[in-house]
Amino acid sequence: MANGLSGQAAIVGIGATEFSKNSGRSEMQLAVECVTQALADAGIDPSEVDGISTFTMDNNPEIEVFREIGGKELKMFSRVHYGGGAACATVQQAAMAVASGVCEVVVCYRAMNERSEYRFGSGMQNTPAESDYETTHYGWYIPHGLVTPASWVAMSAQRYLYDTGATTEDFGRIAVAARQFAATNPNAWFYEKPITLEDHQNSRWIAEPLRLLDCCQESDGGVAIVVTSAERAKKLNKEPVIIKGAAQGACDDPQMMTAYYRKDISRLSEVNLVAKQLYKQAGMTPDNIDAAVIYDHFTPFVMTQLEEFGFADKGKAKDFIRSGQIEMGGRLPINMHGGQLGEAYVHGMNGISEAVRQVRGEAVNQVDKVENMLVSAGTGVPTSGLILGKG
Amino acid sequence: MSDQNNNSENKELEALMAETIGVKIGPHKSWDPVNQPMIRHWAEAMDDKNPRYTDPEFAAGTEEGSIIAPPTMLQAWTMRGASWKHAPGTKERAADQPYVLDILDDHGYIGVVAVNCDQEYFRNLVPGDDISHYMEIEGISEQKQTGLGVGYFVTELWTFVDQNDEKVGEMRFRLLKFCPPKEAPKAASKPAVESDDKPKKALRPRPGMNKDTRFFWEGLKEGKLLIQRCTSCQTLRHPPTPMCPSCRSLERDAVEASGKGVIHSYVNMHHPDLPAFDASPNPVALVELEEGTRLVAGLIGIEPEDVRIGLPVQAEITQCDDELALALFRPVSEK
Repeated sequence: MANGLSGQAAIVGIGATEFSKNSGRSEMQLAVECVTQALADAGIDPSEVDGISTFTMDNNPEIEVFREIGGKELKMFSRVHYGGGAACATVQQAAMAVASGVCEVVVCYRAMNERSEYRFGSGMQNTPAESDYETTHYGWYIPHGLVTPASWVAMSAQRYLYDTGATTEDFGRIAVAARQFAATNPNAWFYEKPITLEDHQNSRWIAEPLRLLDCCQESDGGVAIVVTSAERAKKLNKEPVIIKGAAQGACDDPQMMTAYYRKDISRLSEVNLVAKQLYKQAGMTPDNIDAAVIYDHFTPFVMTQLEEFGFADKGKAKDFIRSGQIEMGGRLPINMHGGQLGEAYVHGMNGISEAVRQVRGEAVNQVDKVENMLVSAGTGVPTSGLILGKG
Repeated sequence: MSDQNNNSENKELEALMAETIGVKIGPHKSWDPVNQPMIRHWAEAMDDKNPRYTDPEFAAGTEEGSIIAPPTMLQAWTMRGASWKHAPGTKERAADQPYVLDILDDHGYIGVVAVNCDQEYFRNLVPGDDISHYMEIEGISEQKQTGLGVGYFVTELWTFVDQNDEKVGEMRFRLLKFCPPKEAPKAASKPAVESDDKPKKALRPRPGMNKDTRFFWEGLKEGKLLIQRCTSCQTLRHPPTPMCPSCRSLERDAVEASGKGVIHSYVNMHHPDLPAFDASPNPVALVELEEGTRLVAGLIGIEPEDVRIGLPVQAEITQCDDELALALFRPVSEK
């Protein structure tokens, strides 16, 4: 074992609500629905939950979820910051709590009415006079009109195109591939709705060089993940999905969405830091990874991530994508659930579920002989990642 | 967003909306054919005891010879399920097809109320009928001042057809999309500009600022673009911070930038189309100043399609409104 964390804990249950544009119920209800479903999937009684991890951006307090599922003793509750960058880190928190013996059963969740109650895509507007740090931070951008996540990512994406010679058609190929998988996933919002590269190129500009079809959806929905020890996992319902690597990363003049001040803004150095840790923990190289869930809030950063995780050389993701390597039958099929472009935007948590299904062999778009899956989290922000695999 | 009186802006919005009129969307299929259990639930919930809905024996003697669905159930058959999904076979509006309600949302008309709903029935529906509907925008009013705020009335026309594609009913559903009046911000209570009859221009989003950054904004008001400097190691930095990441000193002052720089990257901002910005799309650059720091700033004096990485630019301190001055950048003509 290359690392004290690797192999100690396993994902044993996944649960999700339907994904929609209007759930018709509160975020709290979505949270308890997906959490209890994940525990049922694991075959663990909700009263056994003794650890919880979620996002700072989640509006459902850990103790309330815990109270409603009939929890008895909660020994660890943590929240991870930086939007979707938190996704895999919630599982890392769980794995660390289990590996250290602090907890036995940890639930990670994210539940949101991000489409029907508020929309990240509608933009930041006015801010108070004496502002907290993050409001002050966005003050460098919003008076000039960069008010949305798409606009913040677009700045890095434009430079990436300039530095690498990639084109917006390469962004489009990522969207087309995601929608192709979504088209055959009945749980995807865009089930049976594939797109063509032409559709992508004809879709309207949002924040040039990003078009509408480069942007993930805005969704209502909840997803939960149950983690326990690898030992206990052997005795449960489903085939254990072992957490072989779990890492967070921030480095190189980090910023929330706007790391514009580092020397090279076409890179995602924090993803590289996560990659190094994951491979070291798991004792692996990219060659050991059969398929991946690559966080796709916006298509350009999928390209950068493929490079930082070592599947393509710097600036060469375009060649990897053009030759079909991210599609079924390619070197590294990605986002077989349709990703956040095609399935739903649940801040990356639905991608972790997909990785679990792939390792278990129960995915709708199942990749052959999956031993190890890589999962990434929100990028353009401090981020996290996982390597999940068979025991 | 607060200002909906700007005429050219309205024209642009109205032109966008006009394109959505008459575009037929559908069919939206039914999850179930017309059936007795759903009819019974409806009649019971409505406390409607008409035997034509629930008593097959009585209904046998009527023109249809069988029970009928309450006509007002028309809209119920093709509704989405609780999961908000339409029945299989439904052809929904493509995600990138412009839709008037989204367009209004994007222009700040985020409020919505249903106004009225008229249904017309061409024949009674009987169990086994398989209903679909099509929807189109029939009309959009002129801009109206209402008690809720300035807005537009939008009329949707729903056409219901049976399994033979014959029209069985129509529904006109009218709603008001409006711009909720903002609570008067503190600064706006000053009588100065407001007493003027001229339409008030929408303001740019206010920057958050605090004790660490206020000097920068104050500098702009005095016409200076400032860069923070560590007085221990002399390193320049932007955005400003209390501690120098190079030497961890808290000692700092600021130097005035020459305003000369080059475009390191840029975005042409299309959506959301904020009324405060004259240009649409709005070009915004990441400028690398000759002193070495970078900052994000709007571009002026250039068409969005002409913006290029590497283009030399010069800062122009611009008073955008009473309270806000910004450093915008203009291309330097190359000699």
